Amino acid sequence: MMASLAELGRFALDRLARLGRANLFLLQLLRALSFLFRRPGLLVKQLHAVGVLSLPIILVSGLFVGMVLGLQGYANLVDFGATSSLGTVVALSLIRELGPVLTALLYAGRAGSALTAEIGLMRATEQLASMQMMAVDPFPRVLAPRFLAGCIAVPLLTGIFTAVGILGGYLVAVVQLGVDGGSFWAQMQAKVQLLADVGNGVLIKSTVFGLVANWIALFEGYQAQPTSEGVSLATTRTVVDTSLAVLGLDFLLTALMFGEW
Amino acid sequence: MKQKNLELAVGLFVALGLAAFFMLAIKVSDLSSLGNDEGYRVTAHFENIGGLKARAPVTLGGVRVGRVVGIGLDPQSYEAVVTMSIDPKYDRLPTDSSASILTSGLLGEQYVGLEPGGMDSYLKEGGTLKLTQSALVLEKLIGRVFTNMASGESAPPKTP
Amino acid sequence: MLAISARSDFAPPHDDPLVTMRRLSFSRGEHRIFRELDLTIPRGKVTAIMGPSGTGKTTLLRLIGGQIRPDAGRIEVDGICVHELGRKELYQLRKRMGVLFQSGALFTDLSVFDNVAFPLREHTRLPESLIRTLVLMKLEAVGLRGAHALMPSQLSGGMARRVALARAIALDPTMILYDEPFAGQDPISMGVLVKLIRTLNDALDLTSIIVSHDVKETAAIADYLYLISDGQVVEHGTPQDLSHSASPWVDQFMHALPDGPMSFHYPAPPYETDLLTGTPS
Ligand SMILES: Nc1ncnc2c1ncn2[C@@H]1O[C@H](COP(=O)(O)OP(=O)(O)OP(=O)(O)O)[C@@H](O)[C@H]1O
Ligand SMILES: [Mg+2]
Repeated sequence: MMASLAELGRFALDRLARLGRANLFLLQLLRALSFLFRRPGLLVKQLHAVGVLSLPIILVSGLFVGMVLGLQGYANLVDFGATSSLGTVVALSLIRELGPVLTALLYAGRAGSALTAEIGLMRATEQLASMQMMAVDPFPRVLAPRFLAGCIAVPLLTGIFTAVGILGGYLVAVVQLGVDGGSFWAQMQAKVQLLADVGNGVLIKSTVFGLVANWIALFEGYQAQPTSEGVSLATTRTVVDTSLAVLGLDFLLTALMFGEW
Repeated sequence: MKQKNLELAVGLFVALGLAAFFMLAIKVSDLSSLGNDEGYRVTAHFENIGGLKARAPVTLGGVRVGRVVGIGLDPQSYEAVVTMSIDPKYDRLPTDSSASILTSGLLGEQYVGLEPGGMDSYLKEGGTLKLTQSALVLEKLIGRVFTNMASGESAPPKTP
Repeated sequence: MLAISARSDFAPPHDDPLVTMRRLSFSRGEHRIFRELDLTIPRGKVTAIMGPSGTGKTTLLRLIGGQIRPDAGRIEVDGICVHELGRKELYQLRKRMGVLFQSGALFTDLSVFDNVAFPLREHTRLPESLIRTLVLMKLEAVGLRGAHALMPSQLSGGMARRVALARAIALDPTMILYDEPFAGQDPISMGVLVKLIRTLNDALDLTSIIVSHDVKETAAIADYLYLISDGQVVEHGTPQDLSHSASPWVDQFMHALPDGPMSFHYPAPPYETDLLTGTPS
């Protein structure tokens, strides 16, 4: 009994210390960002790695999610003769929730895990240590460009996911099921608000998610035990922790932003 | 050469992302919801506005001419005060035009429909629509049908 | 000089040392790696630190580079106390050190050329044409100019080590730390490397520290040797001194004898107790 209590206490302290380290890590990351003004080329390379290379999965997933929303929405609305609201349903669910959340989850799986593995392996193979011995600080040189690139890429990917999803919904609803195209867009425009929906949902949520996803990914990589087992463990933890953090934060943000409805 | 391709791909990616946001702003949401629209404000008092919400469309002859920007309550008369913003394109609405709260379809959303009057003076910023017709509240409507039916049953014997 | 070195009669072999360590202690958890170690590296010479695997030779290099801090004692490089420096000063000092890691530690996302160019691009504002000249020069020195377009994954272990050496000398440091430079080299490139380390040291007026257990090669180029075992300097002197040493430690190590006072094993409880208890402790 006493032992398990002590175990629990140790676990809690351990977690707390980890959180503290993570925050210090974030601070160091943010401080290193200014370096990128001098070396924008580093950013381009990382934007390619986390942004451009994530595009295929984002495009395909966005299209399919939008098409499913169109089908499901139609099946439910057709009973009330309200299929003209289909555009609203598709757009609002994508803009407020599915776009930011699914993009962040896909990003964690596609790019976050890769970031963790890359940084972890760089540590395991002493690349970071040798960089330090060459008097080059890995924070501005290696970590900051990845962080900033990720933080830029996630909102852009979210915008693309959402837009493609709405097009997918349009394809199913208008092209396939024969909903009136005019009312599809008109109803959508009447109900979707630029600041309250697109601003809060796509822009703010995705920015927060992007920050968290990249923070976790880089921290896990940097903290990983420098062995193949440690790196694989860290990669798993990146995906799990990011998913939990994104879903939890999504609830919080939704309650804050859309609470009045 | 390789660096060039990389830059090109990243440039395309950023452009695509911005285009997506552009589409969300222009095509999906209503840009004019950005508050500072140039329309002129007109108010109307209603006994009952039913389920009318801010941002609901204001139409004339089925054409959208503006939108509802505010809903309040007149503390003296206990009437609902609906503030509308009318597109300055439509600056020749007679002052005796009437406003009614209508429903698109049986379960659709509610909107304000205008009927033009015949006066030569036109509505301006701060103007008021005097003639209004409240929303059709389903419960009241059903209640009225029942009373009509009841009085209708007893009526025929009276008239020859 | 040749008596088993007790601290009392420890004398620096030269008047102007580049690196001095005084009463240095360092442990990893329970495992004490150094116990009050004293060591002096003379300027402008090739000094070798030898000892059995796991005695902490790599750890010693890390202490000199300021990557880890000692538990007690003092390490001075060129009169500067390494473990008391702030990050800025430490980085300033490291620009004058070249380090060849045991694993090579090449950047896997950069080509051989870019790996060697990395320190130049980070620390200088040289035009690209000059960087190209310098890089090709360094690669030529290690015999890998033809491999400049390859990626590290396309190199053999020995080639990777040589590229890492080219990178370590890219900034013309005043001091180079070599961690096992000869491991994994074929006899020819081993001979080239041995000559290269010596030539670099003399031509550029460097100070070289070699960590190695290749006794023959190391003894051939080193001006001065340290033998460490069990957390302390067991013996030091010139290669000639050591090869004629009467000490059983030195004899065992220099002539690669399997049995002797130096332990081949990681510290452990007696074998029989481990076998009898049945659970490894
Ligand atoms: N990160 C670490 N955590 C705990 N112990 C470590 C760590 N790194 C090294 N050690 C221990 O420190 C001791 C010295 O390690 P070091 O790498 O310095 O040995 P070495 O002399 O370079 O050996 P080799 O000749 O095989 O390269 C070893 O016994 C090892 O178990
Ligand atoms: Mg070693």
